Amino acid sequence: MATKKKTVPKKSNTVKLKFDTGWSYAPAPESRSAATINKQYDLFINGEWQKPSSNKYFDTINPANEEKLSEVADANAADVDAAVKAARNAYEKVWKKMPAKERAKYIFRIARMVQEKARELAIIESLDGGKPIRESRDFDVPTAGNHFFYYAGWADKLEYAFPNRTTEPLGVAGQIIPWNFPLLMAAWKIAPAIATGNTVVLKPAETTPLTALKLAEIIQESDLPPGVVNIITGAGATGAAIVNHPDVNKIAFTGSTDVGKIIQRAIAGTNKKATLELGGKAANIIFEDAPIDQAVEGVINGIYFNQGHVCCAGSRLYVQESVAKEVIRKLKDRIESLIVGDPMDKNTDIGAINSRSQLDIIHKYISIGKKEGAEMYESSCRLPGKGFFCRPTLFTNVAQSNRIAQEEIFGPVLAVLTFRTDDEVIEKANNSPYGLSAGVWTDKGSKIFNMTRRMRAGVIWANTFNKFDPSSPFGGYKESGFGREGGLHGLSAYVNVV
Amino acid sequence: MEKTSIKKSSLSISENGLSPRTPSKEKKRSSGRLEVLKTYKIYIGGQFPRTESGRYYIPTNAAGKKLANICLSSRKDFRDAVLAARGAVSGWSGRAAFNRSQILYRMAEMLEGRKAQFIDELIQQDSTKAKAEKEVNLAIDRLIYYAGWCDKFQQLFSSVNPVASSHFNFSVPEPTGVVSIIAPQSDLPAGRQGSLLGLVSVIAPVIAGGNTCVVLASETKPLCAVTFAEVLNSSDLPGGVVNILTGKPSELASWFVEHMDVNATIYCENNSDTQKMMRERSAVNLKRITFYDKINWNTDEGQSPYFIMDTQEIKTTWHPIENIAGAGGGY
Repeated sequence: MATKKKTVPKKSNTVKLKFDTGWSYAPAPESRSAATINKQYDLFINGEWQKPSSNKYFDTINPANEEKLSEVADANAADVDAAVKAARNAYEKVWKKMPAKERAKYIFRIARMVQEKARELAIIESLDGGKPIRESRDFDVPTAGNHFFYYAGWADKLEYAFPNRTTEPLGVAGQIIPWNFPLLMAAWKIAPAIATGNTVVLKPAETTPLTALKLAEIIQESDLPPGVVNIITGAGATGAAIVNHPDVNKIAFTGSTDVGKIIQRAIAGTNKKATLELGGKAANIIFEDAPIDQAVEGVINGIYFNQGHVCCAGSRLYVQESVAKEVIRKLKDRIESLIVGDPMDKNTDIGAINSRSQLDIIHKYISIGKKEGAEMYESSCRLPGKGFFCRPTLFTNVAQSNRIAQEEIFGPVLAVLTFRTDDEVIEKANNSPYGLSAGVWTDKGSKIFNMTRRMRAGVIWANTFNKFDPSSPFGGYKESGFGREGGLHGLSAYVNVV
Repeated sequence: MEKTSIKKSSLSISENGLSPRTPSKEKKRSSGRLEVLKTYKIYIGGQFPRTESGRYYIPTNAAGKKLANICLSSRKDFRDAVLAARGAVSGWSGRAAFNRSQILYRMAEMLEGRKAQFIDELIQQDSTKAKAEKEVNLAIDRLIYYAGWCDKFQQLFSSVNPVASSHFNFSVPEPTGVVSIIAPQSDLPAGRQGSLLGLVSVIAPVIAGGNTCVVLASETKPLCAVTFAEVLNSSDLPGGVVNILTGKPSELASWFVEHMDVNATIYCENNSDTQKMMRERSAVNLKRITFYDKINWNTDEGQSPYFIMDTQEIKTTWHPIENIAGAGGGY
């Protein structure tokens, strides 16, 4: 006699959220009025604004609506030479000789002025780069100001920083920064360099020059001796000219791993020192005993903060099998509630992708992911008609060897993989040429310190993500670069320890 | 010819040495306006009360000219100040180190803005214009120096300890709590700078480290201490973090070291009897006692992160590290 199998319906305690209730946020636009953007900017060399020798300028646009914001000078090799000469002159004649505590006071002034002009800088940052105004106002600009303030304090205390050693500055530093945190990266580069007695030639990214130029105005206002900081705009060729200039003692670069390798080859055989802060493919790991809601929020922040344009973005999620279904459900729900829109609207969570070319790269990886057999999910939000926008996306059913799990996408795209045991996830997380950052989500303290000990990454976030502080050293292992920025360890990049 | 019965200041003639405390009849006659004299009070809990005892004393300069009616603080004032200081500890030590550094920097901003007033008071107290300007500049720079240390000394004096067991083990400095300070009392020997620089030099490292304090100003040169309280009051420094009393160490020193709710004491004179008394009486609650009796505040010897560490405790914390697949040890 056949027994009838009784099917007991599985109890589900996941509530299906409805997002189509017709309730929406009212627009909350930040006014542009606090910011002044010039029609045209020249090069900031030797404390003054100098015309580019080619007399060429290029446009910078707002990626949210493709409107032109301003035009900036295109520095060629001759301009780079002028800037390096100004920096060298300022170094030998003024900056190297100035008592350290007086150096410090200039940097304190710059820090305070960044605070005074905070709103203006935040608006320009969002207009020029596409990041939401909430982020530039609450994170980028204050952290940049704090970075100047922190390093100002080190200037006259270097005798304590390296036990049994004295320090001397390196000389002229050539610094090339990316477009994802334009003002913050300028602060991360300039502050420790000049605090330790070096002078600087800095090139902002070609799509985001405006906050660096506004910083140049602040530097001029602070009365910093001419030539100590020079800010010149341009694209790849300008950067190459800086890297190759024979009178630059130190190269500091933040950007893609590919360009980092080009730079390392270019300076081989010279006496130039370098620090490189390159790409990443961070593993964010959720254990079954993690506080799930907080972990989901942390993962969302880890990959969608700043549109995923973050070198340390948590772009790989490893979730323990026993909680995978729940976590993935919650991720998808949370993605639905993210607001993609005008960066100048205070409600916006995800702003514009920085450029057409970056948007193309992201689209390319999304189609690669689909071809590789992973399952794509994206939010159903409407995208603005103009500008460069991308919906927050996640892939499930991702294999460890898939290109979307190995290569840096630099966009709002999350690859979700699963694991069973601690050893397995440690091996998978470390299985990457990168090693910039990692995240660990668990309630168990002893597990945290085991994981942090064994992850091969320069920054590990436990039960949090994307936290930065001027006193906290940041930098990568392996092909994510070498050298640290921030904190006591960040001083080493700019001194000779004797 | 008009007879002037007011003795001109005995200071150098090239200065306008007229003290606000001794209004000149000539001045009144020429401008027709009477100057408002400043009342020098004490600073407790962010407020400016008079001493509860109602007493005063009159310090004079080297030429015997009266400086002002200065509050002669009592034991009760000190106890009230300790209450205020204790109340302020959790707030001040709970602030981000960066926030403390911003506030110390603002103290420098405020002091810079009032340079002329401090120079004038120093001159009244027997300094010269050149020396006074140098002293005020050094005091401002000293505040900036310690502003820079607030969020850095921890990085130098902490450690992660490589213990042999599977533990994450770290040691960090923590502020000791309430510190009673008897500020440098005189300008002699050279460089002791009781009037302003010495005062700033003993206060700054204590609060940079997250402590609060009760300070007894120089008995003979108290003017700058009281005006400095005004600088503190306009610097976003929470009330109670620094409390400034004026009066006599001979009366108050023993209370400074006997109070059970004070964690540490700082004393700056070379008086061996007082030092012995302090070590004996402070034992009642094992206060940490520090003597800065040989420091030349005028030089770099007058500033150091080690002065911050003099009022710090060291806390060590242990946390297990899970052993997975035979991973032994830890950091």
